[in-house]
Amino acid sequence: MSPAPAPAGAELTLDAVRLGHPDGAAIPGTVTLSIPPGELLAVVGPSGCGKSTLLRTLAGLLPPREGTVRQDGQPIDRPAADRALVFQHDALLPWRTVRANVELPLAIRRVPRAERRRSAADWLDRVGLAGHAHKLPHQLSGGQRQRVQLARALAGRPRAVLMDEPFGALDAHTRAGMQDLLVEILRGTGATVVFVTHDVDEALHLGDRVLRLGSGQVMGVPHPRERDARTAPGTEEARRRILESL
Amino acid sequence: MNAGRRLVRAGSLAAALLLWQLLTSLDVNLWLRFEQFPTVVEVASAFADRVGTTTYWQDLGHSLGRITVGFLLAAVLGVAAGTAVARSRWAADLLGPLVEVVRPVPAIALVPVAILLLPTNEQGIVFITFTAAFFPVLVSTRHAVRALTPAWEEAVLTMGGGRLRVLRSVVLPGALPGVFGGLSVGIGVAWICVISAEMISGEYGVGYRTWQDYTVVDYPGVFVGMATIGGLGWLTSTAVEFLGRRATSWLPRPTAGGAAGTSRALFRRAARVTRTTPEFPAHSDTDADAGAKAGVLADAAAPTAVPRKEPVP
Repeated sequence: MSPAPAPAGAELTLDAVRLGHPDGAAIPGTVTLSIPPGELLAVVGPSGCGKSTLLRTLAGLLPPREGTVRQDGQPIDRPAADRALVFQHDALLPWRTVRANVELPLAIRRVPRAERRRSAADWLDRVGLAGHAHKLPHQLSGGQRQRVQLARALAGRPRAVLMDEPFGALDAHTRAGMQDLLVEILRGTGATVVFVTHDVDEALHLGDRVLRLGSGQVMGVPHPRERDARTAPGTEEARRRILESL
Repeated sequence: MNAGRRLVRAGSLAAALLLWQLLTSLDVNLWLRFEQFPTVVEVASAFADRVGTTTYWQDLGHSLGRITVGFLLAAVLGVAAGTAVARSRWAADLLGPLVEVVRPVPAIALVPVAILLLPTNEQGIVFITFTAAFFPVLVSTRHAVRALTPAWEEAVLTMGGGRLRVLRSVVLPGALPGVFGGLSVGIGVAWICVISAEMISGEYGVGYRTWQDYTVVDYPGVFVGMATIGGLGWLTSTAVEFLGRRATSWLPRPTAGGAAGTSRALFRRAARVTRTTPEFPAHSDTDADAGAKAGVLADAAAPTAVPRKEPVP
């Protein structure tokens, strides 16, 4: 049932990038960073440090104030289906059923209807919502809606997934389940992921590396995606260092 | 809507008609003078006579034709212009000031303009109807488009969608609830203006006929015209409302009366159930006795529940 061979992840690079809205103040400091294909980079930082702006710049929705942003060496100057964005909430189109939402990226790419149906059903099955295809988003719980968003983002088979605090509005229990689901469904897609969160534990669990956006420092995560490594000495040390710098 | 509410609605109309009949047949003169006023029976018999004539249906057809053309034009162009003004800086700069200057002019004041510009009276009336409905639709659409959730558009853009796709898949469906608000207002003012324009410059139509009856002092005829306008207006706005509900059936909406009203009604109904089922089958176990002391509310919540076998912790 799995779709054709996954496309390789994209390499994203930021070179001396100053972030900010074109008609607002720029965010202090510049970011220089290279995200290798297939990496999951977690981004943490205080509110207002430009986490969402960073994602929108990588998506191509905002131009950088200075510096260059590239995907595989090509400057990013517009949004593209290659780089999907996942939002904290409210991003599903409320007039489309769950299935129609998941089919949307495929419809935009003019995938034939039968194939769209098949792919959407497959993705809904993977996120555990096979029985909810005909519901409208407002008939689902917050956690279910985020699962639909994941399915929709991945159905378009992007080479990079940019996630803006996708589990930030969920309760602790649902959030842990969603983290496991994310790890599971990302496996085999090869996609590069930039995951913004305000939760240091979430960053240390999901990320291969953690970017602290306020200071621009990047550090490796000792035990990426190991549930029982939460209290390992390496993780404790990393958590202490991140919290100190925030 | 249940039978009780229908009855109340019909009763309200009937009471108004009865009051009218009483005041006019008794020739009441208490500062307000009802001596010259036609009675309900007179109006009804005039109505019955008119309905049998072809002129009546011709007039009806003319008015409906004019409002349909004018209103549809206003709906299409109003949505297009409202979307353009909300989405494009150029459109906002070019059309915005013009709209704000023309909008306050009552459509019926444009009769001279219509007469100067358009070759026939017929087109003039349609033009005035169009202008009346155009601005409410434009303004509602503009607001609705500006109030769209930004994440919807960003999501479609990052799926590789272009400007047209955003328009088709986000802007138009997302603005629809607001657009229908404008269409509801628009159909109302369109009726006001089509009737007024017919009174001024029409050759046929319900408004023209009503004014004719007035000039020959046929008061029952005038009221037949008014009743016809009222009925047509009610019919068309119900149709717009209905289409709006169909088109925006995805909206999470409470039942009529709003969430607060509905929940109050539900509580009242629950209270009635409590009162009307006082002798509920007696329970033998202890927690049912406790329930009886605390009032029968617990039973009313589940009136069909079988007596519980074991006490609930």
